[in-house]
Amino acid sequence: MGIDARVKQPLRELLYALGDDAFLLGHRNAEWTGLGPILEEDIAFSSMAQDEMGHAVVWYGLMADLGHPSPDAIAYGRQAADWRNARMFEQPRGDYAYSLMRQYLADLSHAVRYDALMQSSLGALATAATKLRQEEKYHLIHGRTLIERLARGTSESRQRLQDACDALFGFALGIWEPTDGEDVLVSSGVTVSSEELQSVWLGVAAGFLAHCGLKPPADVKDGVWRATTEAQWGGRRGEHGADLQTILDAMTLLHRSHPGAVW
Amino acid sequence: MVTPARRAPLTKDLVLQALQDVKDPEIPVVSIVDLGIVQGVVLAGGRVTVSITPTFTGCPAIEHMRREIVERLIELGADAVEVPIVLDPPWSTDRITPAARQAMEQIGIAPPHSGFTADESLSLTIAVESVPCPWCGHRNTSLESAFGPTICRSIHYCHTCRQSFEQFKALGPLHHA
Repeated sequence: MGIDARVKQPLRELLYALGDDAFLLGHRNAEWTGLGPILEEDIAFSSMAQDEMGHAVVWYGLMADLGHPSPDAIAYGRQAADWRNARMFEQPRGDYAYSLMRQYLADLSHAVRYDALMQSSLGALATAATKLRQEEKYHLIHGRTLIERLARGTSESRQRLQDACDALFGFALGIWEPTDGEDVLVSSGVTVSSEELQSVWLGVAAGFLAHCGLKPPADVKDGVWRATTEAQWGGRRGEHGADLQTILDAMTLLHRSHPGAVW
Repeated sequence: MVTPARRAPLTKDLVLQALQDVKDPEIPVVSIVDLGIVQGVVLAGGRVTVSITPTFTGCPAIEHMRREIVERLIELGADAVEVPIVLDPPWSTDRITPAARQAMEQIGIAPPHSGFTADESLSLTIAVESVPCPWCGHRNTSLESAFGPTICRSIHYCHTCRQSFEQFKALGPLHHA
């Protein structure tokens, strides 16, 4: 990749964050396979889970030049404190409304972040972001269509989405917790600041949810949205809840039982 | 394993011709060449490098295709075959040849929309063009699910001939409004 020594560790933190978010989101949504409320949504979540796993492998794959040659080792060989996912992604899948809202808020964050990374001074990041950004289009079409339809559906469907929004929003703000050394990445043109990306994301997310008749925990003044709920940070520093340990135990069981096994 | 005797010196054309035998395992009527998955072919003596680009990044068939490429070219007479996966330039549905589009249609998969309209996914409106039915040709169709049996296909229904069909999902450069 041809990377300045100063940028290496901050870059590693960013790639872990991007990969870990996608990997855990994929894992959680794969939990809907066979259990979706209707067949089309079972397929949708299974498909999007597959996409997210593919995206995780792309981000983990970029670490080959940073001393991490194997995406498998990254996925299966780390302890919970080494993970850099936002805490939103380790939460259990909840009901369908919760997963739908989570996928939408995540996909929107991917679109905003990848749009910025397409301009990265690091060619490999720009290439990856360009490819992945094109696939997010379908996730967003899905999320927006279903959220709008259900928000304008029955009082139950609207309430479930509102409950999901209330439960998730603080965690969603945690996506924008800066990774360690982000200032170095910003000054080298590798990425744009999380703070700046958060305000783009918030404007679109809150605007869309309000348009659907929901009440996102945010206020708008002079066209600028501000969150009114506390951001749940910690994930980017390796501070996670018990749910992450539960997932890791399940995910790594086979790998730990048969180290070095080949399919 | 018996090493086949090389019949003629390997050329790029011979390699591309042989790669026509490597089909997409999910759409067995189209080759990886016609799908635009083969990015480039470089020959250095008996060593062949075929760079490939995945359609969708989560595609599970990429490793299978990679193995088939190696097998096919060893069979053709290559001494060694390397198949790196590249993401630059990103694959787009524009790379699918007219022959592949026709072959898909014949088995009931509508080819992707050609050309790209403005990406409105960050704004409040979404426009989805109606897709002609690959069975009867009418446009009286609706999107049933943006997702299908594989990550590259969506599911549609034709109200004229009353059959469902799939469409290959368009991927390509996004134009922001």
